[in-house]
Amino acid sequence: MPANLLVPTALRGFTDRKAEISLEGATVGALLESLVSLYPDIRPHLFDERGALRGFINVFVGEENVRGTGGLDTPVADGASVMVVPAIAGGAFGR
Amino acid sequence: MTGIIPDGRLADLTREELVRYSRHLLLPEVGVEGQKRLKASRVLIVGTGGLGAPLALYLAAAGVGTLGLVDCDLVEASNLQRQVIFGTRDLDRPKTAAAADRLKALNPGITVNTYNMRLTSRNALAVIGDYDVVADGTDNYPSRYLVGDACVFLKKPDVYASIFQFEGQATVFDAERGPCYRCLYPSPPPPGLVPSCGEGGVMGVLPGILGTIQAAEVIKLIVGGGRPLIGRLHIVDAWLMRTVDVKLDKNPDCPVCGKSPTITELVDYEQFCGLGDDRGEEVPSVTAGELKSRLDAGDRVQVIDIREPHERSLFRFGGAVPVPFGQLVRRMDEFDPSADLVFICKIGQRSLYAIRALREAGYGGPMFNLKDGVNAWAREVDPDLDAY
Ligand SMILES: [Zn+2]
Repeated sequence: MPANLLVPTALRGFTDRKAEISLEGATVGALLESLVSLYPDIRPHLFDERGALRGFINVFVGEENVRGTGGLDTPVADGASVMVVPAIAGGAFGR
Repeated sequence: MTGIIPDGRLADLTREELVRYSRHLLLPEVGVEGQKRLKASRVLIVGTGGLGAPLALYLAAAGVGTLGLVDCDLVEASNLQRQVIFGTRDLDRPKTAAAADRLKALNPGITVNTYNMRLTSRNALAVIGDYDVVADGTDNYPSRYLVGDACVFLKKPDVYASIFQFEGQATVFDAERGPCYRCLYPSPPPPGLVPSCGEGGVMGVLPGILGTIQAAEVIKLIVGGGRPLIGRLHIVDAWLMRTVDVKLDKNPDCPVCGKSPTITELVDYEQFCGLGDDRGEEVPSVTAGELKSRLDAGDRVQVIDIREPHERSLFRFGGAVPVPFGQLVRRMDEFDPSADLVFICKIGQRSLYAIRALREAGYGGPMFNLKDGVNAWAREVDPDLDAY
């Protein structure tokens, strides 16, 4: 059974406006790789050049931030809810 | 817990105040004691925009004794869709002055201090130092990090909300009791990566929802009690009407609030957020006039319109190939590497990032950015079209 990825509004432009995507992946890293293989334009928004999660992106499995639970190696149980939470500022970006 | 206002600052309520605030006084959790704390409290609202409007209105109505308003902008017509503290007659007035007038009309018993300026590394500590609580309703990353760091250094709670399109986030950063802004977001997005509300739009009631949540958190911190949003991030998707709470932990290695901090004073936040660096010069650009001449001359130019379908219907660019920003890498095989590609968006920002993303994905053909976007085309080349 796959996990359910919740896509934030700020990244829905890269997922054909989909807010929830059912994906396979035993770890957070594997799950996000299956997301990137479907929607390659999202990659630079999630990962830096070395493949690490960017500093303005948080990923939660259930209520827990993966920064505290093993990062991209955090296991994802069947049917888990995985949420990507980016920094948003509201208003004019880059002023 | 008894809130953050020391007993020594409390003064009695007047007879008028007992009447005006009776619905608070009836709440056992607030009562006369809590209302006195509100009266004695000083709250700084940074940004008098979409979030600041409901924040200021509700805190003034609630009887917060002193409100500080920081903003350097004038009221614009496009603000009125969500910044409900202003009216049409306020157009072109400084936001702080217009908001102060409205708040004094709402509640003449409070003091409103206006700061018609930008909060900067030079003035932030002095301004924030005069207040008990900060509510951050700013609209850019340098201000977010500035307010966050200053609140850590001054040991003040930073009541935070931010919004984008249909989605908002709210929390209370209080480094004495939980994480700070940098614990959650160690670094900002590079400029141009995320479209702004000016480019991406925002549902007008969304800052109303999030700003009102901030006001509730401010009041709880002052009165004391309840469960403050410390260590929790409250996420609202107003389109799906789905709310999610997730846990936020303090980062022991946080450079500002961790065990051995490496940042102990305010820094240059524009630089920290990558603004003003010269990465932009790597991408060749064409002006609207130059593009027009090249198209008229029949040069081998392919115009790629990376705007979303609803934007293209606001302003059609004849002859352009539509490929939305979010599908460029997936569809780069459709481009002709022997032609000069010119990328167009609304104001020439997303197109810059589009070119960088395609380069990083390995596209090898020549690429140009239409400087200042289709809005420049409307101004300079085709005045029959309207900028949007
Ligand atoms: Zn911190």
